[in-house]
Amino acid sequence: MTSATTSTSKATVKPAGGSVRFYGVWLIGIAALIVLPMIFSSGGSLTSFSLIGIAIVFALSYNILLGQTGLLSFGHAVHYGLGGFAATHMMNAVVSHGWPIPLPFIPLFGGLGGLVFAMIIGWVMTKRAGTVFAMISLGIGELVASSSLILRSVFGGESGITTDRTALPKLLGWSFGPQLQVYYLIAFWLVLSAIAMYALTRTPLGRICNAVRDNPERVQFIGYDPHVVRYIAFCFAGFFAGIAGGLAAINFEIANSAYLGAIQSGLVLFSTFIGGTAFFFGPILGAILVTYLQLGLTNLTTAWQLYFGIIFIGIVMYAPGGIAGLLMMHRPLIRAGTLWTVIPSYLVAIVPTVALACGVILTIETVARFAGGDAINLFGIAFNPTSPVTWIAAAILVVGGAFVARLTWRRIAEAWDRAATVARDRGYLA
Amino acid sequence: MLELIVISTLNGVLFGMLLFLLSSGLTVIFSMMGVLNFAHASFYMLGAFFGFQLTKWLGFWPALVLAPLLVGAIGMVVERYGLRNTHKHGHVAELLLTFGLAFAIEEIVSMIWGKSPLDYRVPALLDFPAFTIFSTNYPAYKIFMLAVSVIIFVALLIVLKRTRVGLIVQAALTHPHMVGHLGHNVGRVFMAVFGVGSALAAIAGVIAGPALVTQSDMAASLGPILFVVIVFGGLGSLPGAFIASLVIGLVQTFAVALDGSLASAFGPLDPSTGPSVLSDIWNVTIAQVAPIVPYMLLVLILIVRPMGLMGTRES
Repeated sequence: MTSATTSTSKATVKPAGGSVRFYGVWLIGIAALIVLPMIFSSGGSLTSFSLIGIAIVFALSYNILLGQTGLLSFGHAVHYGLGGFAATHMMNAVVSHGWPIPLPFIPLFGGLGGLVFAMIIGWVMTKRAGTVFAMISLGIGELVASSSLILRSVFGGESGITTDRTALPKLLGWSFGPQLQVYYLIAFWLVLSAIAMYALTRTPLGRICNAVRDNPERVQFIGYDPHVVRYIAFCFAGFFAGIAGGLAAINFEIANSAYLGAIQSGLVLFSTFIGGTAFFFGPILGAILVTYLQLGLTNLTTAWQLYFGIIFIGIVMYAPGGIAGLLMMHRPLIRAGTLWTVIPSYLVAIVPTVALACGVILTIETVARFAGGDAINLFGIAFNPTSPVTWIAAAILVVGGAFVARLTWRRIAEAWDRAATVARDRGYLA
Repeated sequence: MLELIVISTLNGVLFGMLLFLLSSGLTVIFSMMGVLNFAHASFYMLGAFFGFQLTKWLGFWPALVLAPLLVGAIGMVVERYGLRNTHKHGHVAELLLTFGLAFAIEEIVSMIWGKSPLDYRVPALLDFPAFTIFSTNYPAYKIFMLAVSVIIFVALLIVLKRTRVGLIVQAALTHPHMVGHLGHNVGRVFMAVFGVGSALAAIAGVIAGPALVTQSDMAASLGPILFVVIVFGGLGSLPGAFIASLVIGLVQTFAVALDGSLASAFGPLDPSTGPSVLSDIWNVTIAQVAPIVPYMLLVLILIVRPMGLMGTRES
């Protein structure tokens, strides 16, 4: 799935000035993390930023499996959840025993929780890759999620286990009561984990992981055991997922069985894949988008899961490289200076595509609210879900939009081919 | 005790045969196209909901025929316009497509029919006790379910092993290009197989709907067990899926029926610990463990025999 896009993406030879640009990107990212809460300082945006930060760590850890090693896991939330429980228990233990461990170190214990489970279960799981691994990870995920409801003393049953982050020893006078301080804690761990995970992709281990993903037989021929490589990658992924779980436990001050469940595993798969698995920043984009959509859509519509499903299917079918893949497709065109020939066809395609999207939204909302009879408010126009006018409008938008949009997309493809040919002639496409 | 054994065996075989109805479609699709259809349980759910709706409009018997046809048609559309286009991106992309589809179907179903269980009743014709065993009335509908499952199982075996269609399907499984060169439309064979697999799942949905609960999370709760069945039996093996279905059906039914725990078995040896993991394990009843039993079997088989019961391929 990702092999074609990835092999071209990571050139090991950096051009001159590349290192300046490389560190610049990281520094800008860190600066943005520091400055953002000063600009958007409302409680709601701080909460959103914290959730997005946790989601980014989680999605990056998932990409060690999916993007780097080619292991599709349906049970990644197990490590996240166990990390969350480990962190919660650790926090409670610190408070009850009076250990001198301040809160910022707690995510490390979450990571250890995720790591230990990965080490125990991973050896059996990573024996086989591909579809079999996917199914086994699903089974193990269900096993742990169901067990969490049985082992009440550890997992707290339905209600979960609560904790109090402010009761831990203070560090530099920070009590971590206010959301702002929690945000900075999450941002700190986000930067730390992101750098560590990026560095991991640059190590020989990271390279061998890519090789195992692309061609396990050849890896075996050159003397590595793909099983061992997959196992190590699985452990790393479990560790960083555990860190994300620990951060979540600190943020919510609770760990419950929902952390471990199939929905959480599905969400991280969505984030990572929608963002794009072939590039390091793909999962970051995906986590930001999915968390933001999730927070925004749940207020607007009851059918937000359906929108996720549709976006996901669209990405799988038409842009398997994800958003990052779509963006990076344009790089050679920009370098060759042929991007301007494509843009007019993009602009033409926007109108019917938006019409199609509106039609789909209108259809979904009409069905969703048919029983309730609430009005649908789309761009300031109120639609009544029970009136035939709405259905006709939706049908016209969907059918007409799809018909015209297909024509315009074909024109994009043609313009794109021309631009790409020129770029290739100028030596910019791999 | 004997009563419990007989009734549980009957129920276990029944559940096992239902599981096999589902896993047979899944297995055939997997061994043909190499793609595990994540949305298979969703087709089962669609079968149940279509069955409910058509029963309300037309009656149960037309629904039993029409709902699988409808779902089969949906399956064929999915194969033709979804999977076939995704195939060039590899099997993982196909798996992800069906995963997204399962997500979307669940949401559409709960949007149209709501999230609460439906009042999907056993048809009046079959609403009587078939026989009385140890003072328990065994419903005729369950016997009907069992009969349908067995008939379909036998029919499937005959079609796959004894007919020309089965020959082509099996050949397309291993040598698609050769079959194509011999003048068969392999794409259409794939589409038909996917449609038949989905229709099989829908039949299971229509007949299981009245007996089990018909609601929008039924796919999500059954799906994982289905995958346990086919991994346990060995991916791509129809006999393996059959044995695994029966084993898991029986084990789970017996587990639900048993109320014992370690504490009740070794009562006098109570370690008298406080609330801890050990005391949890000590006091939990087998019935409470029932939901995780299939997954424990999965872990066990992976350690002992990674290719599954009847599987031949290591990966």
